[in-house]
Amino acid sequence: MKRKDPARNDPRPEVSRRKFLAGVAVAGAATAVTPPAAQGATTSSNAAPAPRPSALPPSMQVAAAETGTPKDLPRIGGVAGSDFMVDVIKTLDIKYLPSNPASSVRAIHESLIDYGGNKMPEFLTCTHEESAVGMAHGYFKIAGKPLMTLCHGTVGLQHATMGIYNAWCDRVPIIVVGGNDLDAAHRPTGVPTFHSAQDGNALVRDFTKWDDTPVSLQHYAQSFVRAYKIAMTPPYGPVAISLDAGLQQEPIRENGEKLYIPRYVASAPPQGDSGAVREAARLLANAERPVIVVDRAARTENGIRLLVQLAELLQAPVVDQGGRMNFPKTHYLSRPPTVINNADVIIGLELSDYWGTVNSYIDNGDHGIGHNQSKIKPDTKLISISSVDLITKSNYQDFQRFQTIDVSMPGDAEATLPALIEAVKSAIPNERKAAIEKRDEAAKKAYAEGKERGKQAAALAWDASPISTARLTMEIWAQIKDLDWSLVSSSGNVSNWPNRLWPMEKHYHWLGSSGGYGVGYGAPASVGAALANRDLGRFSVSIQSDGDLMYAPGVLWTAARHKIPLLAVMHNNRGYHQEVMHVQRLANFHNRVASLGNDMGPTGTSIENPDIEYHKLAESMGWWAKGPIKDPAQLGAAIKEAVAVVKSGQPALVNVWTQPR
Amino acid sequence: MRCVRVVGLAALAAGLVLGCGGAFAASAEKGKTAFVQHGCWQCHGFRGQGGVAGLKLAPDPIAFETFSAFVRGTNRFMPPYQEAILSADDLADIYAYLQSIPKPADYKSIPLLNQ
Repeated sequence: MKRKDPARNDPRPEVSRRKFLAGVAVAGAATAVTPPAAQGATTSSNAAPAPRPSALPPSMQVAAAETGTPKDLPRIGGVAGSDFMVDVIKTLDIKYLPSNPASSVRAIHESLIDYGGNKMPEFLTCTHEESAVGMAHGYFKIAGKPLMTLCHGTVGLQHATMGIYNAWCDRVPIIVVGGNDLDAAHRPTGVPTFHSAQDGNALVRDFTKWDDTPVSLQHYAQSFVRAYKIAMTPPYGPVAISLDAGLQQEPIRENGEKLYIPRYVASAPPQGDSGAVREAARLLANAERPVIVVDRAARTENGIRLLVQLAELLQAPVVDQGGRMNFPKTHYLSRPPTVINNADVIIGLELSDYWGTVNSYIDNGDHGIGHNQSKIKPDTKLISISSVDLITKSNYQDFQRFQTIDVSMPGDAEATLPALIEAVKSAIPNERKAAIEKRDEAAKKAYAEGKERGKQAAALAWDASPISTARLTMEIWAQIKDLDWSLVSSSGNVSNWPNRLWPMEKHYHWLGSSGGYGVGYGAPASVGAALANRDLGRFSVSIQSDGDLMYAPGVLWTAARHKIPLLAVMHNNRGYHQEVMHVQRLANFHNRVASLGNDMGPTGTSIENPDIEYHKLAESMGWWAKGPIKDPAQLGAAIKEAVAVVKSGQPALVNVWTQPR
Repeated sequence: MRCVRVVGLAALAAGLVLGCGGAFAASAEKGKTAFVQHGCWQCHGFRGQGGVAGLKLAPDPIAFETFSAFVRGTNRFMPPYQEAILSADDLADIYAYLQSIPKPADYKSIPLLNQ
């Protein structure tokens, strides 16, 4: 790619990074020249070898290099371009920089820690790029502010991709900066060239909101602020900047044009069309059995308040699919998904899968193909408010199956709710108000009965070993219930017990899952969220599954290194349980007995023989840890000890052998 | 299918199961092993307690005829287990195991469920 930066035509003597590196290479080569005496010894085959001194005399070149006055090497003069890049970053209030170091971003790395003082952002050393992205993912869901990460634009970005895809599906902003060395004529050969690409961002373009490859410092300033603005406009999402190594390292040459940093001003979130809002309100106000279904509707605590307001106005049950903490679990209108079966109007707010909300796909059909079944009545009216409709892309299928919607509003649900609430108030006929208010009696009764059923179910297998997931959940609760707690990750599937049994009310009580269901999210996201909670004085707890942790367990070290307090209670069911059941299913479809080998689950799906000692793994990386706990009677005391450690500011892990789900 | 089996101590504990046109005794002990070998635990838990992936099976399992018909021919979320992969004997033993699982304590007597 030809550079267009006018700085490249600067008539001043160039203090070039390329020449500097070449000089270093020459100097290095000089010290490696083979001495003539040694050459003679290896090339003359006839003469008897001369006695070899114990220390060979240096060649003239080597002697000069080692004893002479070193020639001044050209250094990078002036203000480093990467310092200006740091100035840009500092305008955006980015607190942390979880990253794995990489030579292609060495200049901006050095500027961040030396010129920038390693503050705003502070570099957090990560052992894997996927962990860095996962930490940024979890951090945002608590702090509401994005982090940036640096990585090699090739191999590092390849490591980071799964995490970026999760963030894309979970609508979480992350600024990914990948180093790259564009100039093929001048970049160092060998490894740096292996780590260069023509279009590095192509790798993640299908699941980022925007990307750019700036070719000048001013271009960089525009790109970085634009990237931040795009990432932070709902629907949120990750963005990528490919950052040329040469642009980072070369000094600022303004050529009469002074560099400036564009001011960031947040965009207002998009709202649903006012006419569509009125039509939705009319349908809801006149419905006999309206239901509200929410997935990522509440972006903030205020979103929860607005949803409570809408639900109480209509006395409509709310099904929280759990992409975020949308609706208090303690509210009598909180109901299970089956409540949609009899609905006459359903409003879906930021649903990631509307089709799957109102239909079932049953993976048990003829010829290995599943069959579909509607969950709702044929004449049920459907309303949608979803900002994701605004950023649908083609390749990856996160937009799910197509569902016909009667009133569809591409827009942000939380931003649209105030207008919708006012429209519903206006639309409810006076003669219907008493009937709507009376719905609360049945709702409170149904809510109480549901809670009773939940506790009865939790009591099953209460004393079992391996420990039941309900017992695990309530043993944790007993130790944290008096704290300002935050369940930062529930990566293992524990049958939704925390959501069923814990009184979740605040936005930070539950963060939702990974988004794209890429396993390996739980551990780093919980560390990132715990980092944000640490700064807010909250207690963080995660229910950490075994398979998830083993993708990149090095994030445990990052937590200890940076003193991030987190209680991780292992849901160690010793298998990839989703896959255990998939393979079993296919064995049944093929009418074959699933081969277990020496394991409990079908071959290839178990994590046993040998069992992984997660407590020792955590201890080796600086955590307090205990386990394995197999007896439910011992679990409470172990968690109590761990809670005390976490309250002192350290991470702690309890390894618990659990039932599968 | 084996319709009459040696009645062992475990089978006595499990009680009699009606099916296959006649009465036969089944083994809860063998059923516990078969419950694991055939993957029932994967969705229903080691004690048949159920969870997000599978319904509660125990205590108080549904009638054997209904249970058997469902296992053999379900077109719902659970894949069917035909006789080629789950023998009638094993199915009866599994049922006996489910019958042997005692009722849990009343949740009202468990302090952690009443916080």
